[in-house]
Amino acid sequence: MTKIESHLQQPQGGAKAPVVRLHEIGKTYLSGKINVTALKGISLEIPVDRFSVVVGASGSGKTTLLNLIGCIDAPSSGKVEVCEQYIAKLDDDAVSDFRARNIGFIFQSFSLVPVLSAYENVEYPLLLVGMSAAQRQERTLAMLDAVGLGGQARQRPNELSGGQRQRVAIARALVKGPQIVLADEPTANLDSATGASIIELMRRVQKESHTTFIFATHDPQLMSHADEIFAIRDGQLTDHRTTGAP
Amino acid sequence: MTGSAVAAGALAMLLFGGFASYIFAGLETNNVQRIGHLTIFRDGYFLLGAGNPAAYGISHYDDVMNLIRQDPVVGPMVNVITPTQSLVGIAGNFSGESDASKTFLGVGLIPSDRDRMRQWDEFHLNTTRAPDPRLSDQDSARGLVGVGLARVLGLCAPLGLPGCPKPLPARTAASVALPLQQDIADLAQRDLGGAEANASHLPEIDLLAATAGGAPNVVRLTVSGSEPQGVKELDDNFIAMHLALAQQLVYGRGEHEVTGIVLQLRRSEDLLAARARLTALFAQHQLALDIRDFGELTPFYGQVVRLFASIFLFIAIVMGVIVLFAVVNTMTMNVMERTNEIGTIRAMGVRRSGIRWQFIIEGSLIGAIGATLGAILALVIAAIVNHAGLTWIPPGNVNEVPLQLDVAGRPLLVLTAWLALSLVATIAALIPASRAARLAVVDALRHV
Repeated sequence: MTKIESHLQQPQGGAKAPVVRLHEIGKTYLSGKINVTALKGISLEIPVDRFSVVVGASGSGKTTLLNLIGCIDAPSSGKVEVCEQYIAKLDDDAVSDFRARNIGFIFQSFSLVPVLSAYENVEYPLLLVGMSAAQRQERTLAMLDAVGLGGQARQRPNELSGGQRQRVAIARALVKGPQIVLADEPTANLDSATGASIIELMRRVQKESHTTFIFATHDPQLMSHADEIFAIRDGQLTDHRTTGAP
Repeated sequence: MTGSAVAAGALAMLLFGGFASYIFAGLETNNVQRIGHLTIFRDGYFLLGAGNPAAYGISHYDDVMNLIRQDPVVGPMVNVITPTQSLVGIAGNFSGESDASKTFLGVGLIPSDRDRMRQWDEFHLNTTRAPDPRLSDQDSARGLVGVGLARVLGLCAPLGLPGCPKPLPARTAASVALPLQQDIADLAQRDLGGAEANASHLPEIDLLAATAGGAPNVVRLTVSGSEPQGVKELDDNFIAMHLALAQQLVYGRGEHEVTGIVLQLRRSEDLLAARARLTALFAQHQLALDIRDFGELTPFYGQVVRLFASIFLFIAIVMGVIVLFAVVNTMTMNVMERTNEIGTIRAMGVRRSGIRWQFIIEGSLIGAIGATLGAILALVIAAIVNHAGLTWIPPGNVNEVPLQLDVAGRPLLVLTAWLALSLVATIAALIPASRAARLAVVDALRHV
């Protein structure tokens, strides 16, 4: 595997503003005819270049919190600021463009496009930011090599194992050099050995790329690697611990 | 599956369209070979001339024909220009074996011009006819009769026609009219001066008509053959003869006029231009002449064209609706099956418009690929049918002609069907595409 830092955008040095700022965030949604409150007045800040984990029981609001940070959902109340951008000020197209440039996603069920090869899945985010074909090819191949899939570039998702698919998903999330990578239960569909290797991989690429990783999980293995742990219960932040070096 | 529905739609439209195009071309060729593209009449003839053709003769018609031939615009467009004389009268066979008479509708023409007109084949249908030796420029006494008229006049035996009744053994009723028939026969013999004898043993009939001046006149016609006319009414009344004989019958010793000047153009596409030019030319020379095209003279042509066009439109609408529903159904299923994928790529930064366009393009591609397959299939089937040697008798025709599906020769038809089906598929994709674009990202990601 090759290092990936040379291909990715490096965070600026000096005093760094938090990459995520949430202020009194509330989220209520309608489930059938019942209003369900998913988040209640959560305020938090996540510094740059951190391996952060949001932990909590099922239904505690972890995924909702990640969706708000990822700008794929809007809060019912409060302010969301990501990469120093107040998200509520952006219209739908601008939010889409913002996500395309700044945020990478890793999903529990991999969510690769089944008709595209591993290479094409990884290349896809670069198409959205209007990169030239030569640059796309260079970055995509380097990224696949970095996650150990240089030899599987032409294979479709259904020809890959679960671990390989998640590696493709990691490469896809990182290839554009985002400031934040959000991962919702990335090891939930993997056996423990594969899950461990994926965690190792993510930890390594996070260190190499200095990208902020934010996970929603209750995987103890993943928590053991975290720099920041945010615990939530019933939609409220109950604990915040910093375990790694800032 | 959806592509197959589009292909089937394109196939049905193109095969029927090709068949209809061939019918139109066949009818047009048949009409143009028979009556040309345009016929020039004296004003009033088109509406009133059937009652008394002789009263609407064009005098100095040679001058009119020369004017047209020498015109720098319309002259080069003309393939054949020929005078015709329509007439009505009574035909009688008083040869002794069959004393019979019948009203007739006659046309006087120049046989060599008729032969040249029958060579017209702009659409390459191979329906040209060899020169007809039964009519001759050199023998103005010869003529052709409709098969029905030949039967009525008792000419079956000499012309070798089936279906004639046996001659009546007793002619008590006919004997009442015998003096009149004898008079007509005598008149005809006297009119010919008794100089021409029928040495070929062809049957002869006498034609009685009123001259332009109102006097009765009789000529003798040597019937050199019979010709089916396709329409029974015409078949029972039709006589074609040399123009000179028709003029002799209608105008006697007076000035010989004609009731029409027929123009056959080299190309049908010049019809409107030629007509406009002739109208201007006649106005310029203060000629009280009227111009009619073959569509006006044969309403049957227009009726068939409209009938086939209506059927084609009906088929196109049915196929369009089938394609519309098939594509809507497929694209809706597609959106449902790919909801999670939509959520994923929206999360990655694809705009709503990007999702919308993706599904619209997919719909149009289904339409385009299906229509292309249908067009290829239609071309292959048409080629097979065209080489199978099938024949049929088109409406208004009496002879078998090859059955053809004119798909390859109609690029505009193929293009129109292709575009129409692709457009319908694209429109059909709009609703599912908009539904996909409206999906909330988190809901789409949650979809299983």
